[in-house]
Amino acid sequence: MILDLAFIWAGLIAFAVLAYVILDGFDLGVGILFPFLRSTADKDLAMNTVAPVWDGNETWLVLGGGGLFAVFPLAYAVVMPALYVPIIVMLLALVFRGVAFEFRWRTQRGKFLWDISFAFGSIMAAFAQGIALGALVQGIAVEGRAYAGGNWDWLTPFSILTGVALVAGYALMGASWLVMKTDGPLRAAARRMAVWTGAVTIALVGLVSLITPFLNPLYLDRWFGFPNVLFSVFVPAAILAAMLVFIKGLRDNRDAWPFLATVALFVLSFIGLGISFYPYMVPPSLTIWDVAAPDESLWFLLAGALVLVPMILAYTGYAYWVFRGKVDPAGGYH
Amino acid sequence: MLGLDAIELARIQFAFTVSFHIIFPAFSIGLASYLAVLNGLHLWTGKDIYLRLFNYWKTIFAVAFGMGVVSGIVMSYQFGTNWSVFSDKAGPVIGPLMGYEVLSAFFLEAGFLGVMLFGREKVGARAHFFATLMVAIGTLGSAFWILSVNSWMQTPQGHGINEVGQFIPLDWWAIVFNPSFPYRLVHMVLAAYLTTALVVGAVGGLHLLRDRMDQGARVMFAMAMGMLIVVAPLQILAGDFHGLNTLEHQPAKIAAMEGHFESHPEGGAPLILFGLPNAATETVDYAVQIPYLSSLILTHDLTSPLPGLADFPVDERPPVAIVFWSFRIMVALGFAMLGLGIWALVARMRGNLYDRKWLHRAAIVMGPSGFVAVLAGWITTEVGRQPWTVYGLLSTNDSVAPVEAAAVASSLVAFILVYFMLFGAGTYYILRLMNKRLADRIPLTSIGPIRTAGITPAPAVDDKFIPVE
Repeated sequence: MILDLAFIWAGLIAFAVLAYVILDGFDLGVGILFPFLRSTADKDLAMNTVAPVWDGNETWLVLGGGGLFAVFPLAYAVVMPALYVPIIVMLLALVFRGVAFEFRWRTQRGKFLWDISFAFGSIMAAFAQGIALGALVQGIAVEGRAYAGGNWDWLTPFSILTGVALVAGYALMGASWLVMKTDGPLRAAARRMAVWTGAVTIALVGLVSLITPFLNPLYLDRWFGFPNVLFSVFVPAAILAAMLVFIKGLRDNRDAWPFLATVALFVLSFIGLGISFYPYMVPPSLTIWDVAAPDESLWFLLAGALVLVPMILAYTGYAYWVFRGKVDPAGGYH
Repeated sequence: MLGLDAIELARIQFAFTVSFHIIFPAFSIGLASYLAVLNGLHLWTGKDIYLRLFNYWKTIFAVAFGMGVVSGIVMSYQFGTNWSVFSDKAGPVIGPLMGYEVLSAFFLEAGFLGVMLFGREKVGARAHFFATLMVAIGTLGSAFWILSVNSWMQTPQGHGINEVGQFIPLDWWAIVFNPSFPYRLVHMVLAAYLTTALVVGAVGGLHLLRDRMDQGARVMFAMAMGMLIVVAPLQILAGDFHGLNTLEHQPAKIAAMEGHFESHPEGGAPLILFGLPNAATETVDYAVQIPYLSSLILTHDLTSPLPGLADFPVDERPPVAIVFWSFRIMVALGFAMLGLGIWALVARMRGNLYDRKWLHRAAIVMGPSGFVAVLAGWITTEVGRQPWTVYGLLSTNDSVAPVEAAAVASSLVAFILVYFMLFGAGTYYILRLMNKRLADRIPLTSIGPIRTAGITPAPAVDDKFIPVE
């Protein structure tokens, strides 16, 4: 089949989720690192590096969820109740975090409360997303057209591990973002944080990658069956290359390199996940074709997406271009 | 929790979160347009005051918009967490519409918001105006798609149903432009504009009461009252058309709104102004009614038949009392808004718009009335649609997710606590921003562009004088 709509849409949704993970990843990461920033001035500056763009970044989450609802409604209907607790925690955490962007500038006395709200919200949102991912990788019990498990099926050592790994990964992205966007003492602090969050992230990603193939015979075959194993070597090799760029960038003061290398790390991990998953949308039972909406729905939205997604990328790029370069400590509109 | 089952809890949770959420779009749709107008006026006339007003309201917009975004993200996921069966069944029809909202509107708002808030110095006045315009268009686009979704659920058409019970889109044009959509969209957008005009008018009124020479307050108040006198009558007209449409497609809802238990096959139904609807005895106790008026309003004819709730099986009737009362609150506030607009118009024609303290006080009192009316209106239409999620086709009971009551109960408690805590703080900050002066006065020597009749010379040295920033 040349024009398989479900396949095209799976690609587009995957792209939206990846865009979300990268874009909101670094601004969540800035929130995760907030408790480690010493002065109020550093906190203000760190927040102003993401303030003009965080809202657009988070919109990719709505596209990921909304897109799932639109084109894979059965997957949405199964996954959301299965991940009820982590999803609700994530939503509440995002509320805490999102309001902090404006609220902390509106008060002097209460500012520390919104700093806590921002940091706590960012950490919990990242942790909940990582748990949701881990739970999905492990598999979800389905009967008929509905979730067939309990409220706490998502809670396992593996999902906790993926939760912690994602917090570390986002923190790494936030640190390398700050290296790229700031100067002076904040950049120096961010460089130190990039080093240790980088080390922790690589260790955790390695651990998750080692466990994943053994969760499901399908994954094992996908990674270690012949001839796949020949290609499997590519992913860890590429991750190693990204880490070398990361270290060299930090050492040589090429401030955009560590961030780009971290983005590459996330893209590679995401591709790795895709290799494990495909063609399942809800492992171990529902494939992308099982959950796809009728072709009429897929066509209708695809027609718009083909026009609108390039436009979105263009003006999102413009917005980033407007705020390019190191952030001026005297900037901001507050 | 209180012996409620999962479905009742899910309904309460949805009602709570959506009611909280609607407050912010109702405000930000109108405010985004107002900001675009102010920015455009500044670009066109070069007058400083419009830019200062823009910056004043921009900050308020940013706080309200932030709360709207986060509460909206909650909404977008709640379909899946609490109403998964509905999501599976109605997803193929309403999912793409919501997808279009995200792609065409949500990204537009969010993408240009940063430039609008932070970027004026970086991009220049024209590009900044463009960004403001895109944010305004984005909010309107959001309203377009969301009301299309809601209207399809109220008056579904253009779909089929497949073997697994999913709604299948057959004619997208018919789905998007379903019978109640134009009325609902116009009614909601006008409501948003009214809500914003009332808030701006209240802030203008507050500052006029403190200092009627405050130029910013004068511009705000004059613009808001002008908006009110144009939009309030339009809204009443739009509401009337919307009512006719509802009678045609959702007669049970109209019967509940009117408190008509018995049907009136030969017309002549009285308008029940007030009373206590009693679903058990199927009567309206202590009713104050005007003969024939209901038939006249609803059918524009005294003798057209009007159905009553008696025409519908008991289990297909909406909860009467809630709908009856919320509808009356909305209508009463609508007419109060019109009254305020007329009052201000008379004052303007007499040239003392900025001197009428009682008018300014009334504007302050009416400040929050737009929010109350919007909430009452949504309660009327959403509770009136019960017991259906997709009218006549999918019942609320058949839409709920297979989630345990305990989970829904705890998330409900969490939402209530978090929302009251955080959005309470946000409201406090917004009120404090509104309390801040725009900090300039009309110089006595050169009278500004605003109508100035009725100005009495102030003392040359005034300790309330605050220099222009």
